[in-house]
Amino acid sequence: MNIETVFWILGALTIGSALMVILSTHPVRSILYLILTFFMISANYILMNAQFIAIVNIIVYAGAIMVLFLFVLMMLNLSQSNEPKSPIKMIAAAVIAGGSLLVVLVAAMRDSFVSASNIVSTTNQQGLVENLGKELFTTYVLPFEISSVLFISAIVGAVVLAKREKQIID
Amino acid sequence: MSIEQLIPLIIAIPLIGGFINGVFGKKLPKVIVGSIATFAVFTSFFLALSVFFKLEESVTVDLFTILNLENIQLNARFLVDNLSIWMTMIITGVGALIHLFSMGYMSHDKGYYKFFTYLNLFIFAMLILVLGSNYFMLFFGWEGVGICSYLLIGFHYSDVEKGLLNGLAARKAFIMNRIGDLGLLIGLFMLLANFGTLEYTELADKILTQGISYSEGALFIITLCLFIGATGKSAQIPLFTWLPDAMAGPTPVSALIHAATMVTAGIFLVVRSNFLFELAPSTQDIMLYVGLLTSLVTAFIAMRQNDIKKVLAYSTVSQLGFIFVALGMGAYTAAIFHVTTHAFFKALLFLGSGSVIHAMSDEQDIRKMGGLKKYIPITNITFLIGTLAISGFPLLSGFFSKDEILAHAMHHNTIIYILLAFSALLTAIYMFRLYFVVFHGSFRGSDEAKSHLHESPLNMTLPLIVLAVLSVIGGLLNIPSLLGGHHWFTHLLNENVAGLSRVAELHITDGETLMLMISASVLTLIALFFSYNVYVKKNNVPVNDHEIKGWTKLSANKLYFDEVYNSLFVKPIEWKSTKLYSFVEVFILNGIISSLTKLLSGLSELVKKWQSGKTDSYILWMVFGIVGLVIYYLVKI
Amino acid sequence: MMVLASVFDTISIQHYLVLSTILFVIGVFGVLTRKNAIILLMCIELMLSSVNLLLVAFSTYFGDVSGQLFVFFIMVVAAAEATVGLSILVLLYRNTRSVDVGLFNKLKG
Repeated sequence: MNIETVFWILGALTIGSALMVILSTHPVRSILYLILTFFMISANYILMNAQFIAIVNIIVYAGAIMVLFLFVLMMLNLSQSNEPKSPIKMIAAAVIAGGSLLVVLVAAMRDSFVSASNIVSTTNQQGLVENLGKELFTTYVLPFEISSVLFISAIVGAVVLAKREKQIID
Repeated sequence: MSIEQLIPLIIAIPLIGGFINGVFGKKLPKVIVGSIATFAVFTSFFLALSVFFKLEESVTVDLFTILNLENIQLNARFLVDNLSIWMTMIITGVGALIHLFSMGYMSHDKGYYKFFTYLNLFIFAMLILVLGSNYFMLFFGWEGVGICSYLLIGFHYSDVEKGLLNGLAARKAFIMNRIGDLGLLIGLFMLLANFGTLEYTELADKILTQGISYSEGALFIITLCLFIGATGKSAQIPLFTWLPDAMAGPTPVSALIHAATMVTAGIFLVVRSNFLFELAPSTQDIMLYVGLLTSLVTAFIAMRQNDIKKVLAYSTVSQLGFIFVALGMGAYTAAIFHVTTHAFFKALLFLGSGSVIHAMSDEQDIRKMGGLKKYIPITNITFLIGTLAISGFPLLSGFFSKDEILAHAMHHNTIIYILLAFSALLTAIYMFRLYFVVFHGSFRGSDEAKSHLHESPLNMTLPLIVLAVLSVIGGLLNIPSLLGGHHWFTHLLNENVAGLSRVAELHITDGETLMLMISASVLTLIALFFSYNVYVKKNNVPVNDHEIKGWTKLSANKLYFDEVYNSLFVKPIEWKSTKLYSFVEVFILNGIISSLTKLLSGLSELVKKWQSGKTDSYILWMVFGIVGLVIYYLVKI
Repeated sequence: MMVLASVFDTISIQHYLVLSTILFVIGVFGVLTRKNAIILLMCIELMLSSVNLLLVAFSTYFGDVSGQLFVFFIMVVAAAEATVGLSILVLLYRNTRSVDVGLFNKLKG
């Protein structure tokens, strides 16, 4: 079992679960399939030795964001699938758009073949937490701090937006 | 300060005054507005006076080049010689007095600041006209005074009773001017084509000194076209009917524009082009006969007019005809001399009539006036002096200037002399008629008007007095040798005005001068006694409209000129334009425009569907756009 | 610390490019087709994830760690965006009792 096989299996599973996300009728099932997709992507990350990103992917995306989605879905009681179907014209147009996008992007990539011959062999150490942390807190410390500001604004925004209006009791 | 610095100042100061009044005048108190305007013109006058005393050789003041092509150069340049500085002094001097008068006369008017703005702008345009060094600047000023005249004639366009008439009179003046302007433009184009330049000095140089070859026919057409332009502006037959109608404007406007300055623009044009006219004797003859005819016809009409301003208007046209006769005989300096004295006494007469109208609470019909000499004494005396001057009473200014023209006429052709003298006689008769009917006899107006009769305030009577003095002593400018003078004015103009010194001078003996003077004086006194007899002794009062009979009907109805013009020219054009409107305008033009709008709105309806408000279609088009972009880059590279 | 073999000794970068592109296109297709607003937001997350995948692949390929840091920041932004997006959704649901995207066409031209 070499790495290439692992890659193919992982790739197939990822694409499969992504397809199920968009094709399933039940919203809850879509969310669950998406969680599965995130797990597959994390596996890909581990394959590439980006350990930190893999863990963070699971914790943040699959753990927090998807749970949030589920919360909202349950809260709004949308678990029944009463969503109207798109007109067939739209689906056809979407297929054409997506297909042409794929074709065009792959064609653009044809010229981008880059040789791996001049890659330094210290790549294996790269994705480790220690290396990442060193870079993050020296070169990229400013974006790091600003992202905290971003979070604050997102929190405040979310709270303000979703606040329930006070009911006036007469 | 040198002349080169003074001249732009002289021209710019009225413009600045007009600008200040135009922009800020609405908020300033009336006294300030009037003072700014009057002060501006007075300043220009004093500066012009100082230039006049400094001037020896003619001076050119260059401002900037307007157009510089291969065979045309147009420059904003001013030429200061005795002619232009003399005209400047008249314009600013008489203009300043009229501004002062207007401060009192227009004091009840709501559009006070507008009036002074237009007046200052008019002075500015007129100064450019006379001070320009080429025909282009003259034309610029020409059009400028045309516009200001239009604005000022139609000043009371929103008046409840007469607003429409004022507007129509302004329009008529402008259109008739325009017809003359066409002639002027053609003349200018031909000048440029034949001689390659529009500068006065260069033209004089080319024709007189260098002896450039030219075609006689071309010169005839050029001078004829220039004369047509002068006809429009200076109201000769057939383009004179706008001037009586222009009396609808306020009286100071009539005094300034239609007596002293704008109507002399045509004469100025001819005098400036003297070297051209001297080489086209046929045009000079045409000028002479047209002027003579105009002078006689309008004198005839004036005999039975009953509006105080209309009489003065027709007399203006008549005097201008007089001057054109002088020009037709090559008497250029005599013409300018008469222009000067005419400016004095005509402005005086108009301002005096303004004073009368003011006293009569805006009544202008002389049949409702009478015996006013008791109530408005200063106006009475000054008006009398003006009347005496215009009639050529001995030793007043009008006497000398008319005499000079009559002297030229006698040497030219005796019949012309007789007709001209007859016109002078008629002038005296109707002017004295006007004076006696208004100021003598008993008051014929309503009792209410009688109670309002009062002398005008100082700012109105002061200009009257000044102008009266000038009308008396103005003759001193050009006293003939008989009385010990040296023809100072003639020599002044001949000194440095291009071309004038080559004009043949009139050689007249002292004996002839004496005979002319005596005969002119006799005619004037005959007219005086005749009018006195009819209008004072026998107390003849002009009759009401429905009682007019015989030849007086012709005169009172202005020889039906307006009616003839109306049916010959105005009605066919109106008919054509109505037809054109109903067909071309409604069907074709409107059709094109509305079908264009329908097309555009149809297109926009189509495009509007694209913005459906649905996110998925937006994203769809975004994806298509991205695909397109990537394909574009792929194909390019 | 166990050192994993570099994946790029055997497979080339093209594989990851294609995989990521396919995931992205699936996300696009989902956005265009589905009418439930929540599913819509999820497909956007899917698109973002595909980009993350590609970035990490390149980062490993070239030995440059800034690729993975960028992924980190993308995740930050995605989290914030999901939060705010969902709260807007909740508000919309409260006002219109539905999460059907086809009903929100007030910006129609």
